[in-house]
Amino acid sequence: MVEPVIQMKGITKTFPGIKANDDIDLTVLRGEIHALLGENGAGKTTLMNILYGLYQQDSGEIFLKGKKVEINNPNDAINLGIGMVHQHFMLIEPFTVTENIILGSEPVKNGMIDIKKAEKQVEALAKKYGLKVEPSAKVKDISVGMQQRVEILKALYKGADILILDEPTAVLTPQEVDELIVIMDNLVEQGKSIVFITHKLKEVMRVSHRVTVIRKGKVIDTLETSQTTPQELAEKMVGRKVLLRVEKKEKQPGRTILKVENLRAVDNRGVPVLKGINLEVKEGEILGIAGVDGNGQTELVETLTGLRRISGGSIRMLGEDINNLNPREVFEKGVAHIPEDRQKRGLILEYSVAENLILGRHYKSPISKGIRINHSSIRETAKNLIKEYDIRTPGEKVMAKTLSGGNQQKVIIAREFSKQPVLIVAAQPTRGLDVGAIEFVHKKLVKMRDEGKGILLISFELDEILSLSDRIAVIYEGEIIGEVDAKKTTEEELGLMMAGHKGGIIGEEKKSVG
Amino acid sequence: MRKKNLLDEILIPFLAVITALFIGAFVILWSGQSPLFAYLVLFKGSLGSLRGISETIVNTTPLIFTGLAVAFAFRCGLFNIGGEGQYIVGLMAAAVAGFAIKGLPSFLHIMVVIAAGGLAGGLWASIPGILKAKLGVHEVINTIMMNYIALYTTHYLVNGPFKAEGPLPVTPRIQPTAELYRFSPIMRANTGIFIALLCAVVAYYLLWETTLGYEIRAVGLNQSAAEYGGISVPKNMVLAMIISGAFAGIAGSVQVAGVQHRFYDIFSFTGYGFDGIAVALLGRNHPLGVVFAALLFGILATGSMQMQSVAGIPKEVTGLIQFMIIIFVIADELIRYIYRVKKKEVVANG
Ligand SMILES: Nc1ncnc2c1ncn2[C@@H]1O[C@H](COP(=O)(O)OP(=O)(O)OP(=O)(O)O)[C@@H](O)[C@H]1O
Ligand SMILES: [Mg+2]
Repeated sequence: MVEPVIQMKGITKTFPGIKANDDIDLTVLRGEIHALLGENGAGKTTLMNILYGLYQQDSGEIFLKGKKVEINNPNDAINLGIGMVHQHFMLIEPFTVTENIILGSEPVKNGMIDIKKAEKQVEALAKKYGLKVEPSAKVKDISVGMQQRVEILKALYKGADILILDEPTAVLTPQEVDELIVIMDNLVEQGKSIVFITHKLKEVMRVSHRVTVIRKGKVIDTLETSQTTPQELAEKMVGRKVLLRVEKKEKQPGRTILKVENLRAVDNRGVPVLKGINLEVKEGEILGIAGVDGNGQTELVETLTGLRRISGGSIRMLGEDINNLNPREVFEKGVAHIPEDRQKRGLILEYSVAENLILGRHYKSPISKGIRINHSSIRETAKNLIKEYDIRTPGEKVMAKTLSGGNQQKVIIAREFSKQPVLIVAAQPTRGLDVGAIEFVHKKLVKMRDEGKGILLISFELDEILSLSDRIAVIYEGEIIGEVDAKKTTEEELGLMMAGHKGGIIGEEKKSVG
Repeated sequence: MRKKNLLDEILIPFLAVITALFIGAFVILWSGQSPLFAYLVLFKGSLGSLRGISETIVNTTPLIFTGLAVAFAFRCGLFNIGGEGQYIVGLMAAAVAGFAIKGLPSFLHIMVVIAAGGLAGGLWASIPGILKAKLGVHEVINTIMMNYIALYTTHYLVNGPFKAEGPLPVTPRIQPTAELYRFSPIMRANTGIFIALLCAVVAYYLLWETTLGYEIRAVGLNQSAAEYGGISVPKNMVLAMIISGAFAGIAGSVQVAGVQHRFYDIFSFTGYGFDGIAVALLGRNHPLGVVFAALLFGILATGSMQMQSVAGIPKEVTGLIQFMIIIFVIADELIRYIYRVKKKEVVANG
């Protein structure tokens, strides 16, 4: 019998208007990857924030290797060997990787930080666990995946034996997920224990040893991963049967809604990132954009939604030029936009849920009346959307930042879907959502397609792209290098194209012309 | 949830004031005086007589305006250090409108004088606003520079084109129709305080009851999200600066129409603009908070005069107390630590 390292017993935590954790028991064994599964707002992050000392439980006890402990702040947690990597990284961007890792426990020589020694330590540590990082690179210049590895190293450097990873894979590309999984396996092999929060059942099945399912603040079950199936987990989580794959009828696309020709744009440093994009979205179709992160997806979305100026080419909506319109004008043309970064772009965290739900149409009747903003209409709109989209919140007045990650995403989805758009530009629309919510969003997207709307779907999830799209365009180094029929293609073909191998319909044409 | 927030917002400034007064007591003791006596004089001098109350009102009024100015800009994420300059151009514009325009009915004339100061202040603040919005030049630098330009420009005007007959560098006295009503012929307190309170209401209304306020606060909280939501960041920055400057400018109007009745040459900054920063900080950038903070600073300013003349305690001591209040408000962690006030749980989720 393996010894338990962490035992949380009867943990209860109440926030104003909501019981986030209700008498939760959780046991983590030495050397195991323990998955924590549950709907958006089930209380996973809260439970882990308690273990990490960010919150204090109202009642319940925590035992570390059998000994009762008090964890009053993250320092206590770190001293007990508990480390946490939040979904939103807490790194200092202008600092180097090493500086970030040693922050708070710097090696000192003659009263100065011994950066040489620190870099060596970091390198040794990174090697030991197979975490590839560049010790002297600035954090702002490295990829999201590497930033995450820095966060993990930060915890290990401080001596963490128990690592909490809160939705680490939500921000990663599939390749990076694979790398992370190898790292996690390495870590537990060397005796560490990991609590792994994710919404992706595949990942749970692939890496975890045991899994605890939480619903509405209560533990539903703890199972051996090998003894369960994704279907069973999904049902335990949501409390009903869930469709893990969308059903979609054949549909004949109509007129062209969006036509992008030879679109060019530069990134924030002035380097060309869009080098002549051509694409088309018709009424009643979903065009999926597949590609590895950093091939121009962000900039493409920004140019389409008025957030970035174009340097050449044209964007047309129903035959009308919308080049370089501002975001409000683009919205007036009927474009809704689900941004990829929900906390930076999509939400004003210090605004209430209600205020966030009307962002973008706050200046229009009935929200705006003359110069006045109509609070009762805002409340009304918000209440309806909260209900329709099942946003789990104690009320529309609470600040958006108190919502669980997935529910924050639902706020954005609700707002954008309810704008009566002609075209929806959806970037990573289901990031951080639970399986039930994903099912809901997918159904909704398909329904909007069936109603004749055009949908441009940008996603790193190949599954999502494959199951939703009618056509798939692959973006590579700022160009659409090929387009395929979603029904006829395979993951392998897409994978090849995403790596820069031309193929598909457009690719064929190009070859025969050139 | 809301209530808890509110309590916190009031509690911390309150504790900061108490702590500052407590430490101030030791400073007074150290200078060989009785703190109890000193504070008695301070509060008696500012609130213990009609004349004291009148002076407290006079000292409070401009601080409400300049405090609102700083708070309003801050809600849009801008740091308006230029309240001083906007106040000065407000003084001058109001003085000119006050003496040069003749034959208006009093109510109308007062409105014109107020508008003149507000317009001048707004215009003055719009320059750093535009520079920030269009070119990204930091507003702190430009508002400070505009303070000096205001100082020297009005210096020229009061010694040149607008100089009254006689040896002194002052403008002619404003028309009686432009004067604000004084509550007593022997005291300076006047209806300007009501204009200040009205402006606090206006500021609140603009920020929380209008579409403009929604946009301005959105820009202040998250520029990227505001932009995404179809809110023009530059436009709202300029507007916020103009409104902010208008508040500071109206401080000048009210000072001229209610207290000075003319423009006196200014040799060094009056301090109202800078004190406005302190007032806004203590008032947590909320109009109601600003009113109370201004009142406190008004009391301290009036009382310190008395403390100096009656108890012989240098008025720098109250300056010191003011600074300590500000430091404690900024370093609220310190206050939380001293009084074991637990922080509300505000870890951004997700
Ligand atoms: N600081 C807070 N203030 C108020 N309520 C909070 C706070 N933090 C969390 N909550 C509430 O507690 C509940 C549980 O949230 P939690 O973040 O733990 O969910 P989660 O299981 O991590 O969900 P997700 O999968 O969406 O991230 C939610 O209803 C949330 O609104
Ligand atoms: Mg969470």
